[in-house]
Amino acid sequence: MALPSKTLSAACRQFSLLCRRFVGTTAVRSVHFSYVPDTPDPKHGSTTRMNLFQSITSALDVCLGKDPTAVIFGEDVAFGGVFRCTVGLRDKYGEARVFNSPLSEQGIVAFGIGMAIAGSTAIAEIQFADYIFPAFDQLRNEAAMFRYRTGNQFDCGRLTVRAPCMAVGHGALYHSQSVEAFFGHCPGLKVVIPRGPIQAKGLLLSCIRDENPCIFFEPKILYRAAIEEVPTGDYELPLSKASVLLEGSDVTLIGWGTQVHVLREVAAMAQDKLNVSCELIDLCTILPWDKDTVLASAAKTGRVLISHEAPVTMGFGAELAATIQSECFLNLEAPIERVCGYDTPFPHVFEPFYMPDKWRCLEAVKRLVNF
Amino acid sequence: MLTLVRSSTARSSRSWILGIQQGCNYATEATFETKPFKLHRLENGPPTTVKITREEALQYYKDMQVIRRMETTAANLYKSKIIRGFCHLYSGQEAVAVGMEHAITKEDGVITAYRAHGWSYMRGVPVLGVLAELTGGRSGCAKGKGGSMHMYCKNFYGGNGIVGAQVPLGAGVALAMKYQGKKNVCLALYGDGAANQGQLFEAYNMAKLWDLPCIFVCENNGYGMGTSAARSSANTDYYTRGDSIPGIWIDAMDVLAVKSATEFSKQFVLKNGPILLEAATYRYHGHSMSDPGTSYRTREEVQEVRQNRDPIGLFKSRIISSALVTEDDLKPYAPGGMNRKKSFDHKWQLTAKNKKADACFLLVIQKIDNDIRQEVEEAAEKAKVDPELPLEDLYSDIYSQPPPNFVVRGSDPTVMVSVR
Repeated sequence: MALPSKTLSAACRQFSLLCRRFVGTTAVRSVHFSYVPDTPDPKHGSTTRMNLFQSITSALDVCLGKDPTAVIFGEDVAFGGVFRCTVGLRDKYGEARVFNSPLSEQGIVAFGIGMAIAGSTAIAEIQFADYIFPAFDQLRNEAAMFRYRTGNQFDCGRLTVRAPCMAVGHGALYHSQSVEAFFGHCPGLKVVIPRGPIQAKGLLLSCIRDENPCIFFEPKILYRAAIEEVPTGDYELPLSKASVLLEGSDVTLIGWGTQVHVLREVAAMAQDKLNVSCELIDLCTILPWDKDTVLASAAKTGRVLISHEAPVTMGFGAELAATIQSECFLNLEAPIERVCGYDTPFPHVFEPFYMPDKWRCLEAVKRLVNF
Repeated sequence: MLTLVRSSTARSSRSWILGIQQGCNYATEATFETKPFKLHRLENGPPTTVKITREEALQYYKDMQVIRRMETTAANLYKSKIIRGFCHLYSGQEAVAVGMEHAITKEDGVITAYRAHGWSYMRGVPVLGVLAELTGGRSGCAKGKGGSMHMYCKNFYGGNGIVGAQVPLGAGVALAMKYQGKKNVCLALYGDGAANQGQLFEAYNMAKLWDLPCIFVCENNGYGMGTSAARSSANTDYYTRGDSIPGIWIDAMDVLAVKSATEFSKQFVLKNGPILLEAATYRYHGHSMSDPGTSYRTREEVQEVRQNRDPIGLFKSRIISSALVTEDDLKPYAPGGMNRKKSFDHKWQLTAKNKKADACFLLVIQKIDNDIRQEVEEAAEKAKVDPELPLEDLYSDIYSQPPPNFVVRGSDPTVMVSVR
């Protein structure tokens, strides 16, 4: 992979400035969570230090190197993309395989579907998840249904759409949204959100090679904030498999993406302040989701907190809560709690209040144990 | 090429600038030639001869300079981390907003994309309204709830974050104007990047089908984010891309060409239905503040445009060399001008005789520049300390007349606040 030029590192520095929050004129804090790195699985071989965007690049590099039908396209991806996820790939694999598209989200996804139907591995980038809606029709009415409506004669399983999602500290209305729930309503799609670099690489490679169209949402605040020892080789991590990151006995905490890290702090605070033992689950795949892991944990603890940045009404937490109450009704000790974004547009200056931060989550833990 | 009307008419003046005007034996109006327009499906285009008065010239200059200064200030506020988030600057493209606004009325509609600061100012948002919106203050034109991309005022419909989404909206505004029997038009602006969004073509078709008074404007600054027009568009003659819709290419570094084409277009669309203008321009900054703007073009390219095609620099040298002021001796100034007169006389003595007129006008321009600098600095200082809205406004403006007992739902009972 080519090293970023001076210009690119200037862009990187500029962006890292974006990842800090300021109120008024004084600096207050950087990110709203502490990042705890995952440990690489030794069977995946040698590792190197990468942040999340570098691990994405590494996954794409592996894919392009092994799959001659694979192409990457999207807005500005040829020179690395706004989040630098594709830096160096055009130089390594040529402009026929890594190329810029016009600003045309519907076109990007539709061309990807067409390529996938015809046998290419299509990896499309939508620059921000907030911009994906012009392509919603293509994803919902074409990609998700192609296999079903053709009686399995055709499918676009070789399509993967990547898009940065979630809050970044200052993104306001159109650079902050969590849109996973919209796609949770589309049988036929897979929706995946990683929590860190190791997961991102393994899950992205799985998505690319999965025989179903996948949407891969990358929490943009983690692009730089999350750094891990990532296996340099080719490895996949299973889709539709949640991770139990902490085992506990009193409360189950469920999140995905950035929120996993907030919940990890909540678990520590609950232990310290309340002597409450929390089990932490990263759902990893939104659709189809890992019921077994979630229900087993809910049955064990009897108390569940679900937390996501998207608005609470019809957020994916609603589906989890409904399923848990249906399947684990007699195990539950308290009503399921959801700590989420509010039912407002993603706010500009009020972002710190909108976010489902650790304090709001801790209050919910208290309600769960005191019910 | 240049015709002058001389006047030394005394006029009452309160301002120092008018004092200078009074003191100079200047031309009250001048006529300029613009670069030729390129036409698509039009037999006759806008006039390439544009006559403006001295007052108009000063106003256009002032407007462009305010926008430039405001954007430079925004860039500095961003670098000092007072403005957060996404911030797209208009520097280099000033002649488009200024030329167009001076060709339409405040009753005409305008809708644009996220590079909205300059347009907001031209439509009537004060500098503080722009800068405070950027800092998230309540004096912002959207009360700080929108930020950089979301600025609004009467008949200015934003300020839109999603690439291309505003263009069909603009056609809808034009439909409303036609339906309501108004003699007004709507300008729907977008960039060369957005020109490739599918919904633009849907909007073109409907606008032409129903002959809507819509002026589509492609502000072609050469780059859709980091991709040059040639690498994103099969047809880079954007003024021809409306197919059956007539089009005009404008050298939009020339504010007078923009004004002429827009005046022509307003009359045209009221009679004939939509038109598509391609305003060939350039942006000096990156796409947004997180883009240094140099990884897909050379610094030399930017420098070349700044030196040779800058819309403000070009206009300034044009109006000075057109002798909107004359070589005649200066006469005593208006009240309050004596001290300044001395310094001016001093300057005048230092300049060659044939530069006297230039010197006179330059002084006017220096005064304008100083006033603008002060105005924008003051607005910036206010924007820096402008308070945010109270927290309950996190929940306001979502619905009008919500159902009884409606609450905005959050998971914490302390924040389940009734909607105002």
